[in-house]
Amino acid sequence: MANVISNVALVPGIYVMKIEGNFRGRMGQFYMLRSGRNYPLLPRPISIYDIGEDYISFLYRVVGEGTSLFSQLQPGQEIQLEGPFGNGFPQVEGSLALVGGGMGTAPLLLAAKHYPHAHVYLGFVQQAFGVEAFEAVAASVQVKVGGSIIEQVDPAHYVNMFSCGPTPMLQALAMKTEGTSSRLYISTERHMACGIGACLGCTMRTREGNRRVCKEGPVFPVEEVEFDDLHGV
Amino acid sequence: MISMACNIAGVAFKNPIIMASGTFGFGREYAEFYSPELLGGIVGKGLTLHPKAGNMGSRIHETASGMLNSVGLENPGVAAFLKDELDDMTRWNTAVIANVGGSNLEEYVQAAAMITENAQKRRTMNRRGVDMLELNISCPNVKQGGMQFGIQTEVARDVVRQVRNVTALPLVVKLSPNAENITQMAVMCEEEGADGVSLINTFSAMKIDIRRRRSVFANTYAGLSGPAIKPIALRMVHQVAQAVSIPVIGMGGISSVEDIIEFIMAGAAAIQVGTYNFVHLHAGSELVYGLEQWMQREKVQSLDEIRGIL
Repeated sequence: MANVISNVALVPGIYVMKIEGNFRGRMGQFYMLRSGRNYPLLPRPISIYDIGEDYISFLYRVVGEGTSLFSQLQPGQEIQLEGPFGNGFPQVEGSLALVGGGMGTAPLLLAAKHYPHAHVYLGFVQQAFGVEAFEAVAASVQVKVGGSIIEQVDPAHYVNMFSCGPTPMLQALAMKTEGTSSRLYISTERHMACGIGACLGCTMRTREGNRRVCKEGPVFPVEEVEFDDLHGV
Repeated sequence: MISMACNIAGVAFKNPIIMASGTFGFGREYAEFYSPELLGGIVGKGLTLHPKAGNMGSRIHETASGMLNSVGLENPGVAAFLKDELDDMTRWNTAVIANVGGSNLEEYVQAAAMITENAQKRRTMNRRGVDMLELNISCPNVKQGGMQFGIQTEVARDVVRQVRNVTALPLVVKLSPNAENITQMAVMCEEEGADGVSLINTFSAMKIDIRRRRSVFANTYAGLSGPAIKPIALRMVHQVAQAVSIPVIGMGGISSVEDIIEFIMAGAAAIQVGTYNFVHLHAGSELVYGLEQWMQREKVQSLDEIRGIL
């Protein structure tokens, strides 16, 4: 259990929750968060948004009952969290693009802090959020609201790309990257129960066989990903 | 001096808290968070003779006070389990139970025979093997086999009888709440020489994605577990415990020490914890310490004092 420091809506329905404590975690890893006593039952996997010496923060969208309860937490109230889990983004060398769509921008902020030379591309359907946080740390930030941010990304310019967002966006980026020498790593999402690799609830079919999104993922090299399986969820 | 120990078919459990199949992997993942040695026992992930990839698409959906799963028995197969997992599982000082499923009768028999042979071989080398078999005739998430064996008593009889013929290991049969008559099923298991029964597995259930106008699960139906099913599980354990003289291992939504006590009072020799492992990463250690504290507070020296008092 840990205390909430702040819990602020960036735009309606999208919040940043800051939690007090000295937490561990790398870019692309996640925590399992739970509030409330009996219901909802399962913790929710949420990417680490930002982390400092005495805090950790999470960017989340209110989707269902679990995240709705999160949004009601006030400073000083307690939340249960366990982590960090998952593999996170790899350490890479050379030029890097960070391509995020909507809530998929969440796991990229730590990567932007880790790689200040990275170029950041952020796409949103209706309303941008959290852009300032990237602008404070990144070499460049391009934002598109409506339409596709992928149009602005030229994979040939980058040795590496990290991406997270809706499956059609990831697939469009994957197609654009094909035939280039750019290495693309994508962060995937799946319903989870245990978060630590025991229940096999988040298993994803990949070209390397079954992989647990919580344990071998959530970040996979794009060559391994079967987009058909991602679409099915 | 308080003792939480219990004995089921000659297997000693230091306490009645056993981790249920499919919710604890083979123990390794949770060992990073607390020692599995605290537990009475671990039931490994459900095994089939051959490796199984499990179901496609969504596998998990939360419901009111419960969850649906459609994992579909993804597992490495018996041979890989014996080769890659068993050494780790037997390293901890806790009872090791192998859960065995199958698509047809021959697969059940072959899988049970392989595990039994392995246990005997290890014993001659002074190494621990599987302590007990749990026969899974009740998985609702596989199209062939699984639950089809667990619904009709006379169909299940063949499986239990033939597996009993090939194994000298203590044999517990895991029963489905979807059985036509779960008490009759348990009585049959006793008649066929099973050393115990465990119940209940998940309920066959459903969730529809109204936006896509289709079931959330590729297999249409999924297995319901969690606190939502606890009162029904408790009733079934109570009924079965009164009908058989072999030990009953109770499970179904256990999420607190009080839940454990209820199952023991209903007649359970031991209990299994499943979905609660996902709610609290440290569920096992919390329940073991909590049960000990409860016994001290209530001045209960042994669980025999309260077992089956209803």
